[in-house]
Amino acid sequence: MSLLPFFQWCYQTPVGEAIRESTWLFPLIEAFHLVGLGLTAGAVLLVDLRLLGVGLTRQPVAQLSAAAEPWLLGSVTLMFASGIPLFLSESMKCYYSFAFWVKMTSLFLVLLFTFTVRRRVTRSGLTSDRPLLGRFTALISLGLWCGVAWGGRWIGFS
Amino acid sequence: MSPLAFFEWLAETPWSVDLHESQYAYPLIESVHVWTLCLFFGTVVMFDLRLLGWTMRKVPVSEVLDRLLPWTIAGFVIMVISGTLLFFAIPLRSYQSIFFRGKLLLMLLAGLNVWLFHSRVYPKVAAPDQVGVPPRAARVAGAVSLALWIGIIFSGRMIAYNWFDCDRQPQQAILNFLTSCVPGEAGQ
Repeated sequence: MSLLPFFQWCYQTPVGEAIRESTWLFPLIEAFHLVGLGLTAGAVLLVDLRLLGVGLTRQPVAQLSAAAEPWLLGSVTLMFASGIPLFLSESMKCYYSFAFWVKMTSLFLVLLFTFTVRRRVTRSGLTSDRPLLGRFTALISLGLWCGVAWGGRWIGFS
Repeated sequence: MSPLAFFEWLAETPWSVDLHESQYAYPLIESVHVWTLCLFFGTVVMFDLRLLGWTMRKVPVSEVLDRLLPWTIAGFVIMVISGTLLFFAIPLRSYQSIFFRGKLLLMLLAGLNVWLFHSRVYPKVAAPDQVGVPPRAARVAGAVSLALWIGIIFSGRMIAYNWFDCDRQPQQAILNFLTSCVPGEAGQ
C-alpha cells in the first residue's frame, strides 16, 4: 500500500494550508521546533554522557535518568506539537525527500529504543557492573538522535 | 576600508563563492552547526534548569557546572567555527541581515550574563554542599541565560528568510538604518 494518498490528504488539511499561506507561521513554528530539539538534546545528553563514563559521573545513572525524564517527555511533546503542523504544510515535499524518511526511521527507532531498552538499562543500575552495556546504549541513542537532527536539517535543503 | 566594502570584497573571494555554491559542504557545515547546537544548548539548558532549581536539586550546582561545562565549551567552539564558515559563505547578506545583527547583540548580552554570573553570583553558590534551590541571583542568571539563548536560536533561524533584505525595497527607514542598508547603492 502506498502512503502517497495519506501525504496528499495531510497536504490539504486546513492547518497545512494556513501555514503555507502565512509568511511568518512556518519560520516561527520551526524556531520552536529547533528550541525543542535543543531541550531534547539536553535531557538525552545528561543521561547518555553519564552512560559513556563522562558528565555527571558521581551521580547514579537511575537518578539522573529520573531527573531528565520529565524534560525529555516535555521536549519530545513540543517537538511533535511543532513538527506535525510543519509536516502538514509540506507533506508532499517530505514524501519525495530522502532526508525526511531517514529522519522518520531514526525517530521511530530512537523512541522505541529510548522507552524500552534504554529505560531498562538506566533504571536497572546494571551499568555500574557492566559499563560496556551503558556505553553501547548511549552510542545507539546518540547515533540515532544525530540521524534525526541531520534528517531534519536536510529536509530544508531538498 | 568600510565594513560594507570589506564584506563585498569577501563575498567575491573564490573560497566564499565556492562554499556558497557547494552542493554538500554548505549543508554539511549547517548540519554540524545544528548538531553542536544540541551539545551546546543542551548542556546550557540543563545547567540553567539546575540554577532555577527545576531539576537535580540534590546535586550541588558546582558539580553540575564542573561536569557539564567542558562539553558546553566544546560545543561553543565548534558552533563558532561552523557559524563563522556559514557567515563566510554569505558574508554581505549576513552583515546586512537584521536577524544576524540581532543574534550578535543577544550573544553579547549572553556573554555579559556569563561574566556576571561567574564573577558575582557563582562564588556564592559554589560551596560543594550547596544543594536545593539556589539563591535568587543565581535563579535570575539561569532564567536570563535561557531566555537569551532561545532568542539567539530564533534569530539565528530567521537569518535564512529574506523579508527584510537590503535588495528588497522599499523597507522601513529605521530598518535600513539598523542594517546599514542604503537602497540603490552598493551592497544590494
